[in-house]
This record gives sequence, C-alpha cells and structure tokens, in this order.
Amino acid sequence: MNNIPLEAYLIVSTIMFFVGVYGFLARRNLLTILMSLELMLNAVDMNFAVFNRILFPGQLDGFFFTLFIIGISAAETALAIAIIIDIYRNVKNIFVDDINKMKY
Amino acid sequence: MDLSNYLLLRQEMSLLVVFLILMIYDLFAGEKGKKGFHLIACTLWGLHTICGFLFPVSGSSFAGMYVNNDVETIVKNILNIGVFIIFLQSYGWLKKSDTIFKRGEFFMLVLLTLFGMYMMISARNFILFFIGLETASLPIASLVAFDKYTHHSAEAGAKFILTAVFSSVIMLFGLSMLYGNCGTLYFEDIATTIIAPSAIVILALTFVLTGLFFKLSLVPFHLWTADVYEGAPTNVTSYLSTISKGAAVYALMVILYRVFGNLFFEWNAMLWWIILITITIGNIFAIRQNNFKRFLAFSSISQAGYIILSVFIGTAQGMGATIYYILVYVVSNLAAFGVANAIETQTGKINISDYNGLYKTNPNLSIILMLAMFSLGGIPPTAGFFSKFFVFTAVAEQQEYLLLFIALLNTVISLYYYLLVVKAIFINPNETPIEKLTTDNYTKVSFAICLIGIFAIGFASCIYEYLNGVSFGL
Repeated sequence: MNNIPLEAYLIVSTIMFFVGVYGFLARRNLLTILMSLELMLNAVDMNFAVFNRILFPGQLDGFFFTLFIIGISAAETALAIAIIIDIYRNVKNIFVDDINKMKY
Repeated sequence: MDLSNYLLLRQEMSLLVVFLILMIYDLFAGEKGKKGFHLIACTLWGLHTICGFLFPVSGSSFAGMYVNNDVETIVKNILNIGVFIIFLQSYGWLKKSDTIFKRGEFFMLVLLTLFGMYMMISARNFILFFIGLETASLPIASLVAFDKYTHHSAEAGAKFILTAVFSSVIMLFGLSMLYGNCGTLYFEDIATTIIAPSAIVILALTFVLTGLFFKLSLVPFHLWTADVYEGAPTNVTSYLSTISKGAAVYALMVILYRVFGNLFFEWNAMLWWIILITITIGNIFAIRQNNFKRFLAFSSISQAGYIILSVFIGTAQGMGATIYYILVYVVSNLAAFGVANAIETQTGKINISDYNGLYKTNPNLSIILMLAMFSLGGIPPTAGFFSKFFVFTAVAEQQEYLLLFIALLNTVISLYYYLLVVKAIFINPNETPIEKLTTDNYTKVSFAICLIGIFAIGFASCIYEYLNGVSFGL
C-alpha cells in the first residue's frame, strides 16, 4: 500500500475527473450524463481520501468530507433520476436532443 | 457537549420551528383547515422575520465552523424579507387546481433551501459550506420542476440539476486541491497557509471560483440561466433570481476575502474580465428577448455583474455597497416578478408584447412595473439609483476608470431595454390589451412592501450607514 506514490493516485483521479467532464459534455443520454457526474464525484472523493491518508495521516477532515460527498451525491442522484423520469413521461425518451424547447 | 453552541443558531432554529409547524399542519389538517394554510404560513414567516431583527447575536460556535456576526444577521434578514414577499405573491399561483394539493411542499422546499443558504452564509469551514450549498441548490431543482405536467418545467429542472451538480463538482475538485495544499478546511487556517501564489493554489482558486460563478450565473457560465428562469414557475424564478443569488454573492465575498485574501491580485485580474463580459453580454442579450421571464433572466445576469463589481474592488466601502445593492435588487426585482406573476396566473400571458396597452386597463400594475423597471435601471428617485451610485463611487475610488466607464456605458444600454418595457405598457397601441385584473390581498401587501422598499431604502440614509458600518472589515 505504501509503495504506491501520491502521484499515481492523483493521475488516476485526474483522468477520472476529466473523463467525467468529457462525458458530461459529449453524451446525449441523460442517464449517461448522470453517470459522468458520478465519475467526477468519485474522482474528488479519491483525491480527498488520498491527500488525507498520505499527506496528513494525523487528521480526519478529508475522510469526513468524502463521506459527506458520498451522502450528498446519493441525494442528488435520486433527485436527478426523479426529474429524468418526469421528462420521460413528457417526451417519451431521455435524449438531450429532445429537451430543446427553450433556446436562446 | 456544550449546548450553548446552539444558542447562536437562533435564526436557524426559528426557521426549523416554522418548517416543522407547517409540515405537521399540512399533514394533519383536514380539507377545511387547509383553507387557512397560506395565512398561517405567511404570519409565521412574518414573525420569524421580525424576530430576526429583534434578537441579534454574534459569536462563533462549533470550533469556529459557524460564525454569526452583525453582517451575517443582516444578510439573513434581507433574505427573510425577500422570502416573505415571495410567499405573499405565491397565493394566486398556489390556489390553482393543479397546484393546490401540493402547496405545502412549496413552502417546505423553500424553507429548506433557505436553511441551506443560512448555513452557506455562516460557514467558516468548507465542509459546512459545501453541505449548505447543496442543501440550498438541490431542493431548488425540485421546485423548478414543480409543474410536473408541463414540459418546460421538467426541462428546466433537468437543466438546473445537471448544471448545479456539475458546478459543485468543479468546486469540489478545487477544494480537494486546496486541502492537499493546506491540510485544513477552515477558512482562516487556509488563508494563513496561502502566502504566495503557487501553481496549485491558483488552479484551486480557479476551480472554486468557477463553481461559484456557475451558481451566480456570471458569463461565460450563464447558459443555464435563461432556460431555467423561463421554464420554472414564476414564483420559483423570483426566488432563484433574488434570494439564491443574494446568498451566493455573500458566500463568494466571504470566500474571496477570507480564504483567498492573499491572492488579491490574482482573483482581481480574473474578476475584471468576468465583470466586463457579464455586464455586456447580459445587457446585449436582454435587448432581444420577448418573453418577460427570459428578459428578467438576462437583466439579472447583468445585475449580478454590477454586484460583483462592488465585490471586486475589495475595499470596506465596496462591501457595504454590495450588501446595499443586494437589498435594493431584492425589492425591485421582486416587484417586477410580482407583476409578471399576477398577470401570468390570471391570463397566462408572459410576453412583453402582450403587455402593450396595459396602462389603459391596469393602471396600478403598470405603475408598479414602471417603478420596478426604473429601480432596476437606476433612475434617480428610486433606490436603484443610489445602489448603483455607491457601487460606482467605490469603484472610482480605486481608480478602476476603464471598468467604470464600461459599466456606465452598460447602464445606458440597460436603460434602453428597461424603458422598452415601460414603452410597451404606456405607449404601444393594442387592440386587445390584457383585461382588467383583480389582485388578491396578499399580492397587494407584497407590492406595498416592495414600493416602500424602492422609495424608502434610497432616502433613509440610516440604512446605508448601518449596512456600511456592520460590513466594515468583513
């Protein structure tokens, strides 16, 4: 465990974060957009946990923050899925190309 | 565990009491009892607002995580007044047959988000700040999607929740870098750790500010604003554009001064450009709108630019001007939204071209809308003039003349489109104007409060002096 350097974790979490950003911008399905957001949130979680574990082993702030982020992301996913279901009831699919009634 | 910590959370406690009473009442009152629901809710909230003024406390608790001083109290009071006006205005909309069965939910969700905003304002630790921010933004998504059988509302809800979460994740990524650099999440400790700008700190600053700018809908992070404002029910739109924006401005100010105070030149340079394009693009896009809610959305983008203008200079005078501007902006914007709401609930018309000839049939509503537009545009007898004046004075004292000139130029552009609305009401001819409307008493009270605000805040110099005094050296 201790043989893995900090940089390795950070590279993984940064890649995860920006894959999430790409997915958020490029995907056309609302559920996949939501999955991209979850990916970004997990990258942030990983950052906090790793910084706390390796750089500041004496404290717990980062772990606490990670737990709170996990809890809040669950709430956010539930709410987002409820809204997506609402959209599905209205337009019968969940592609972003079809939720474009309001523009400019 | 020291329970006296909780004594500081007076406003939060009182809000939760109102929330619980309303929830229990809404659950257990029968059909008959529900007739008085709106009256009870407004009375309780009015009492809460008055109590906020009567019993101020200052101090910090929970190991410095939570701080409540005079300036936090006054910002919370401003938000309380705004929410009171919104509750009054929502009567007509909540009375309709498709919303009456869920009107309790409207009050509860609004109160929950307000609780989050209180936390966001008082937080001095990023964990508490983040929880407050999320509590303030997630229930708004369900408020935006409140009219669940209309497509626009659902679409706006989806756009809001996705951008809100995206922005908070970006902010969190910045916070994680800040944590890795400083090893603490307290505002003061971070500020003492950051002495000189290093690459990772500037990256963290950029990410954190980007997340906050999304919440404030500054250009270039404004693309969700107009759509969400148009799709959401009008009362929710007024809530979004005044209360939630005011809280976010204050939070941004605290973070800039308290956390990144040593990086003044870095964020100052960033904000310079942001303000420039926010004011300009907000104004230019507002000109071509016909939908009144979209129009107010772009106008609120440019108003946010003016508010940030007074944050940007970073002097004590600027801080006072910021809070004063928030207060004036809340009352004048709510007056405009109140008229739009009264017309929309009764006729379903929301376009500016529908307002043609409104003066012939509804002189009272027309005059209120005119005064609101004057106040937003900054024409002298109204409070909007004074708020803009204080902001510009504060900017001029810091010798930011180029930015000041551009802001003044934009005031002229904004006058043009605000007066377009006034022209539509008074001058444009119309064969079939909106018929004569009767507004309910709640809305009348809200208009009275707004009008008193629009006139009194400008002339009662004690208000400005008080705000300037408490926000000194924030």
